[in-house]
Amino acid sequence: MFHWLEKHPFFFAVGVFVAIAFAGLIEILPNFAQASRPVIGTAPYSTLELAGRNVYIKNSCNACHSQLIRPFKSETDRYGHYSLSGEYAYDRPFLWGSKRTGPDLMRVGNYRTTDWHENHMKNPAAVVPSSIMPAYSWLFTNKADIDTAYAEQLTVAQFFSVPYNKPVPMKDGLTKVVKMGKSVAEAHALALEEAKKVVADMKDQDVKDAVARGEIPEIVALIAYLNSLK
Amino acid sequence: MENRPLEYDYTVAKMFMLTTIALGIVGMLIGVILAFELAFPSINTILGSGLAEYTNFSRLRPLHTDAVIFGFTLSGIFATWYYVGQRVLKVSMAESGLLMFIGKLHFLLYIVGVVAVVVSLLAGVTTSKEYAEFEWPIDIAIVVVWVLFGISIFGLIGIRREKSLYISVWYYIATFLGIAMLYLFNNMEVPTILATSPVGETAIGNWWHSVSMYAGTNDALVQWWYGHNAVAFGFTVPIVAIIYYFLPKESGQAIYSYKLSLLSFWGLMFVYLWAGGHHLLYSTVPDWMQTMGSIFSVILILPSWGSAINMLLTMKGEWQQVAASPLIKFMILGSTFYMFSTLEGPIQAIKSVNAIAHFTDWIVGHVHDGVLGWVGFMIMAALYHMAPRVFKREIYSKSLMAAQFWIQTLGVVLYFTSMWIAGITQGMMWRAHDEFGNLAYSFIDTVTVLHPYYAIRGVGGLLYLTGFLLFAYNIYKTWVSDKEVDAERLNQSPMGA
Repeated sequence: MFHWLEKHPFFFAVGVFVAIAFAGLIEILPNFAQASRPVIGTAPYSTLELAGRNVYIKNSCNACHSQLIRPFKSETDRYGHYSLSGEYAYDRPFLWGSKRTGPDLMRVGNYRTTDWHENHMKNPAAVVPSSIMPAYSWLFTNKADIDTAYAEQLTVAQFFSVPYNKPVPMKDGLTKVVKMGKSVAEAHALALEEAKKVVADMKDQDVKDAVARGEIPEIVALIAYLNSLK
Repeated sequence: MENRPLEYDYTVAKMFMLTTIALGIVGMLIGVILAFELAFPSINTILGSGLAEYTNFSRLRPLHTDAVIFGFTLSGIFATWYYVGQRVLKVSMAESGLLMFIGKLHFLLYIVGVVAVVVSLLAGVTTSKEYAEFEWPIDIAIVVVWVLFGISIFGLIGIRREKSLYISVWYYIATFLGIAMLYLFNNMEVPTILATSPVGETAIGNWWHSVSMYAGTNDALVQWWYGHNAVAFGFTVPIVAIIYYFLPKESGQAIYSYKLSLLSFWGLMFVYLWAGGHHLLYSTVPDWMQTMGSIFSVILILPSWGSAINMLLTMKGEWQQVAASPLIKFMILGSTFYMFSTLEGPIQAIKSVNAIAHFTDWIVGHVHDGVLGWVGFMIMAALYHMAPRVFKREIYSKSLMAAQFWIQTLGVVLYFTSMWIAGITQGMMWRAHDEFGNLAYSFIDTVTVLHPYYAIRGVGGLLYLTGFLLFAYNIYKTWVSDKEVDAERLNQSPMGA
């Protein structure tokens, strides 16, 4: 049979394809619907948080930080409750990372503050002595891309039925509505409103002035995202 | 037909040889910079704080991995295909105007893709998925490049004189099919430019932005099915294709066992794809998938070692060549690193080992003993074998080649030993508890302890890069030498070409 295949490239290629496609069909497909259901307490990202998530991705924070807490005592002691599949239901893409040059960030919102992040991003070694993380000074001047974040919200709402402007169940038994603007202008207004809450806890005068002018520096969006990780 | 050897046309092979070397230098140089950034963080702002955004670790890291995978390695695969394909199929590219055109177009679009990738990654345009960072417009360009590669393979097969496909051709076909399937499914994404706001606004935000079709755990599952098998079909399958041609050719020995090559090939095809789950041990994907990933990773030793042993036994009775020829040294050490790396991988895929190894530098060490020791050595060996035949000139310096071999071997050894120690040290420190059951170390303690190993790794990388520069120089001097060799060296196996 193999000698025959080696003289018939088409059938050879079909054979190879069947051999390699088999595993994917069996391993990946059966779990698809199951894994994409959100757990109670998981809400979609707001416009500002999503813009911050894109800042996180733009700077490949996931190259050094994971967002996956494994079910070991040493990990739950250090980072909090181990990760559940449904907590990632609104993560497109997933940001588990593959290397912890720095610590896990899955629940960083539980134990770090806006103030801490601000100082840390300016000069990590000032907050964590002998840290090898570089400073991210440009985040204080670059502007966050609210338009694209809004387009992303619209896309996931339209294509994947992500529940914006709808009540989602929370752990305390109540519900929460994550608002999405009806227009670009409204999306900007919502993001700015949220940004004002973040900068209230910040010290950098240039960032405060920028937000007062109606602009949103990347650092504000990033901190909003990091604070949402719980 | 006259009874004389065919003349082959190496125009396209030459072009890809050039990019193999150029992108190899770029990828490895960035790697060395990254290594020293981890050891000495002030290097992050080496070009001043104004340009820090473009020189800092996180922005450069995807550029390093992609330059080495899709620049150096892929160019090497293309270069060898455009050389090996003609010779084992017994047909010249010059015989078909169409295939020649496709080959040149393939190269041209590849270059366009490379430029787009470099610019976009530096600007921070990325999807964040490892080795699949490119946004949708570049994905489409890559698919076109890949289809052209497919046309080149199957076109040449279509007009072949030798009816039986040589082993290397099996592996090139598998490379084409595997990457095509994996890349397409992992990069399913919806461009956000398609969205319309409730008040009818369209084309909002960046046109190149997209969201993944899969969310969370599913996205991770598809990504590591891709990520692991991009290693399979980028770093293993095509490199096995290369060694199946170049080792017998260079040594004049026939392949040790046809049956072993059959077993290894079909075994590798069937088993490899299952093993992706070992990247997700103790994550939120179902346990049975994790266990399957673990088990199949261990089974994977069989087909991997099958190929490697087949290569080593091909040298049976001719071991003096290893001492005499630096080129054979590269290939034999390459096969040995292949065995080494394909044993290390399954060990790391065992759940209890993975609990310590995952997220640490041991994984980084594993990738590099495979890529530096196996992929890098084999591609350089292939190019060393091709250069005299493509340029019709003797290799410029054999002693330089030997020096390069030892410098790079030392580099690889420093690299993986330091990363082993770093990884296992950190993995153990993360999980250490004191007598009261509290964590023994804060996270930063587990970082500062790594400094000496990071410095040693940087030196290892620098040695490898130095060797690569010697390689580039050697090939360059061969190319521009004025001593032309008129008759091509006679060769024995495979298949007498």
